[in-house]
Formats: sequence, C-alpha cells, structure tokens
Amino acid sequence: MSWHVVARADEIGPGQSKLVTARGREIGIFNVNGDYFALANKCPHEGASLCKGRIIGLAEADEPGQYRLSRQGELLRCPWHGWEFDIRTGQSWCDPENTRVRAYSTRVESGEELEQAAAEAKAEATKDGKTDGKAKGPYVAETFQVSVKDNYILVEV
Amino acid sequence: MTDVLDRVQDNSAQAAPRRAAPKAQRPGIVDCDIHPLAKSAAEFKPFMSAHWWEHMTTYGSGVRQAFASTLAYPRMAPEVSRADAWPPGGGPPGSDLDFMRAQHLDANGIAHGVLIPLRMNAGNQRNLEFGAALCRAINEWQIENWVVPEPRLHGSIQVSADDIDFSVAEIRRCAQDRRYVQILIPPRNSEPLGRKRYWPIFEAAVEAGLPIGMHVGGVSGFPAGAGTGAVSYYYEEHQSLVQAMQAVIVSMILEGAFEAFPSLRLTCIEGGFGWAPSLGWRMDKHWKVFRSEVPHLKRAPSEYLREHVYLTTQPVEEPEKPEDLARLMEWIGYDRLMFSSDYPHWDFDDPAYAFKHRMTDEQKQKLFAGNATRLFRLEAA
Repeated sequence: MSWHVVARADEIGPGQSKLVTARGREIGIFNVNGDYFALANKCPHEGASLCKGRIIGLAEADEPGQYRLSRQGELLRCPWHGWEFDIRTGQSWCDPENTRVRAYSTRVESGEELEQAAAEAKAEATKDGKTDGKAKGPYVAETFQVSVKDNYILVEV
Repeated sequence: MTDVLDRVQDNSAQAAPRRAAPKAQRPGIVDCDIHPLAKSAAEFKPFMSAHWWEHMTTYGSGVRQAFASTLAYPRMAPEVSRADAWPPGGGPPGSDLDFMRAQHLDANGIAHGVLIPLRMNAGNQRNLEFGAALCRAINEWQIENWVVPEPRLHGSIQVSADDIDFSVAEIRRCAQDRRYVQILIPPRNSEPLGRKRYWPIFEAAVEAGLPIGMHVGGVSGFPAGAGTGAVSYYYEEHQSLVQAMQAVIVSMILEGAFEAFPSLRLTCIEGGFGWAPSLGWRMDKHWKVFRSEVPHLKRAPSEYLREHVYLTTQPVEEPEKPEDLARLMEWIGYDRLMFSSDYPHWDFDDPAYAFKHRMTDEQKQKLFAGNATRLFRLEAA
C-alpha cells in the first residue's frame, strides 16, 4: 500500500465526485460535506461503473406513508440496478452481510507538505553522498517548480 | 508553473469499454433483448406515408392509457435506462449505434443481438390503421437504421394483434427477409393471447417459420396489477410483468394454441423464468381434475410449456442460495433458456456476472448461444 496524489482538493466540491486511476485501479473520490472518501469504481453486484451513479440520501419509513430522508449526499446509487452503498464505508444497505464496495483511505495534504515529504525522501536517498548504489548520469532534465499553494487529496492503494 | 497533478494520470475522461479485452476472447454470445431507440420520431418519417406522418405529428400515439408519451408507472431511471448508457454524442440511450457497439456489442462479445423496439406501443395502438403504419415504419427502420449498418443485429416483426389481417399480411411481407428473426407481440392485449381470434397470427408465424417473441409490457387498458386493481408503486407494477407473462402462457396452453400449432414457438422476454416450474406443476395438478373441460389438450400442460416456450434470462432471479436457481433451470431445461441483456435498460444483465451458480460448458453454450442460434436460424456464433 502506498499513498498517491490523485486530485486537487478544490476540484471536488461537496456532493461531487471524480474518477481517478491509482496503481491501475479505477477509484471514485467523493466529497461528502467536506470529507473525502474513496470507493472502487466497480459495483460488487454486476460490475457497473459505480461513479456514474447518483449520490442520494437514505429513505426510510417506520410505517407505510411515513417517509423520512436522512443522510443526504452520503449514499451512492449504482447506475444500473440501483444498489445503494454508504460512501463512507462502501457498505451496502441492501445486503450488508455479503456485499461491500472496496473502500480506500484518503487524506488531504498541502502542497508544502507534499514538497517537503518529497525533499525529505530525496535527501534520505542521497544521504552522505550515497545515491542508493546508483551513479549520477551525465544529464539533468529540465525541471519545473511545482504549485505548493493548494491542498491535495491522497488515496492509499 | 506546473501543477502537482501533471504527474498524476487522470483517466476521468476515459470512455473506453470496461473489460473489453478479456470478454472479446470468449465465444460469441447471442443477446435476445436489445432495445433500439430513435433519436427522435423524425427517424420514422422516411418509412411513413405523408398522411401517417402528418397524423403522428398532429395526434401522436393513442393507447388505452392517459399517457401519450410515457409509461403509467414512471421509472426510477430516465428512459428506463442505465445511467451510463446516454451516448456522449447526444440522443437517448439505445439511439447511437457506435456507442451501442462500444459499450455493449464489442465490450460484451455479442455475436448476435435481437432488436426489440418498444417505444410508442406500436402493437397496442387503438387507431388500427395508424398502428399498422407505425408497425410497418418501425419494422423497416430496424433494418435500414440498424441491421444494414450492423449485421450482428436482427429485426423483430412488430405486429398489432388487434388487427389480425394486417398482422398476417405484415408477417408474410417481412418473412421473405431473413434479417427478421421473430414476430413481436406484447403480452397485454385486448384479450388473452391464446384466444382463437389471434390464431391466424400463429398460423402465419408457423407458415413463416418464425417464433413469436413476447416482451413484457403492452397496454391492455386494465390496471397493471394482474387485473386486481391499480397498484401503487413502480416496484409493484414491475412484479406484475411476470404475472402478465404467466397469464399469457396459461392462455396459450389451455386454449389449445400449441396443440393446434405443433411447431409454434413462443419466447417470453424479460419476464423472468424461476416461476416456470411451479406454474407447470400447478397446471398439471389441476389438469387431472379439469381435463374434461379442456378435452382438446392431449398432453399435460407442463409438456406444452417445456416444448413450446423459450424463456430469456434477464432479469435473473437471485435467490439466497444460487443452487436453488440451478435446480429450477434444470427443470425448465437448458435447451429452453436464452441469454438476454436488456441493454440499455437499467436492469441490464452483464453476461459475465449475471449467473451466480456453476454451469457446465455445454449448459453455457446452449444458454448463451446455441438455443437462440437454432431458434432464430442465425449463423453459428
């Protein structure tokens, strides 16, 4: 498992989602009221692309005719057969025992933190002049400054 | 300044078909239920006379319900369709052949697909002359707009059961063209389909060597709840599709239609199949009591069911123990079950995931291709 930068935080507003690929896996990143969650883009029932489904609430009734909608924006409805999954956990509300979407951990880090982590990793690798057993080659590719102002969403895959 | 994201692969815009590569390597599948849709009614104009085009655009469809352009029980999904089936180039699901190829035919290894046009309820129009014009237009539209550009697709001859003369003539006209593989009649009609008034249609079907295909739906004018009164929910109406299917099968068998036409074959499309064994058992039990009322039946009703009725699989029932379904399928017989996807509708079955129990290679071959290939006289997939 490793962490992958997959999106800029301001790209996915509350109630929105984005389909990304990390380590070859299609993963949907969802913003639920400012928190980010990640689910595999594959319905465990018949394999539909879950991220094309609607984001909905939980409809409940204590008795016929008494409707109640709660947890608005926290459930995902499969675009095919309408199976509903809790975006926070991947849990199905139709068949909780047997059906669950693969959920991944997410976190948000600032560009500064990412840059610092990258710099530290580089320093670690080249500590005491060592370059991890590798000799420096003759060419240095052109590099560009990276934006550090924004926050980024990471997913662990 | 380059963004961090430039180092991250972003596939959100990618529209490549899911799992295309592994599926394409499997032997070809015959899909008995694909729904083509016109981008707009104007697609039918070239196939209608000036008079009927004028009529359609002025008066529109008229069936035995209050809604001219929608269903009595609105569906939970727009256009009754998968949310991911809307073509990127515009138009409703099922209206774009290239997208249908990419998303379904190619991606799921479909060697042959049978078209089932449903829109406008051509077979249930109350104005019979308009119904006939609409059926003819839809029949020609299927060939010109779908089968000619994509020979993997095959047409269904839409008829209007209340207009016997037209139905017989249309079957004879279209049956010359082998690109049509069945005759399409809705299960809900003015009377149960086994009634004698409909037999000339069966005679024409037998003469043409074509099976009757019966896709759930139709507008009988009676509430959809199997005649018990108007139901409350789409969910409830959805269950009644099966009840209508069973009623037609019982009618066809008990009225003696299969006894009169030994080579007549009926395909029940999208009505499920797990109920077929108990329907057969119940008919057989009561036949012992009632046989003097229906002396025209020479065999147990379940024998007609097993011989004459083909059942398509979608939407596959999903019992808690998948092997329970396997036993029911064995009773029906793997030579009478045919795969269907219902593309692009919301309750689509994916051939790779639909069946949760083990099948032998022979059973799979029959269900996914062999039975339909033989019934529809297709080239081996």
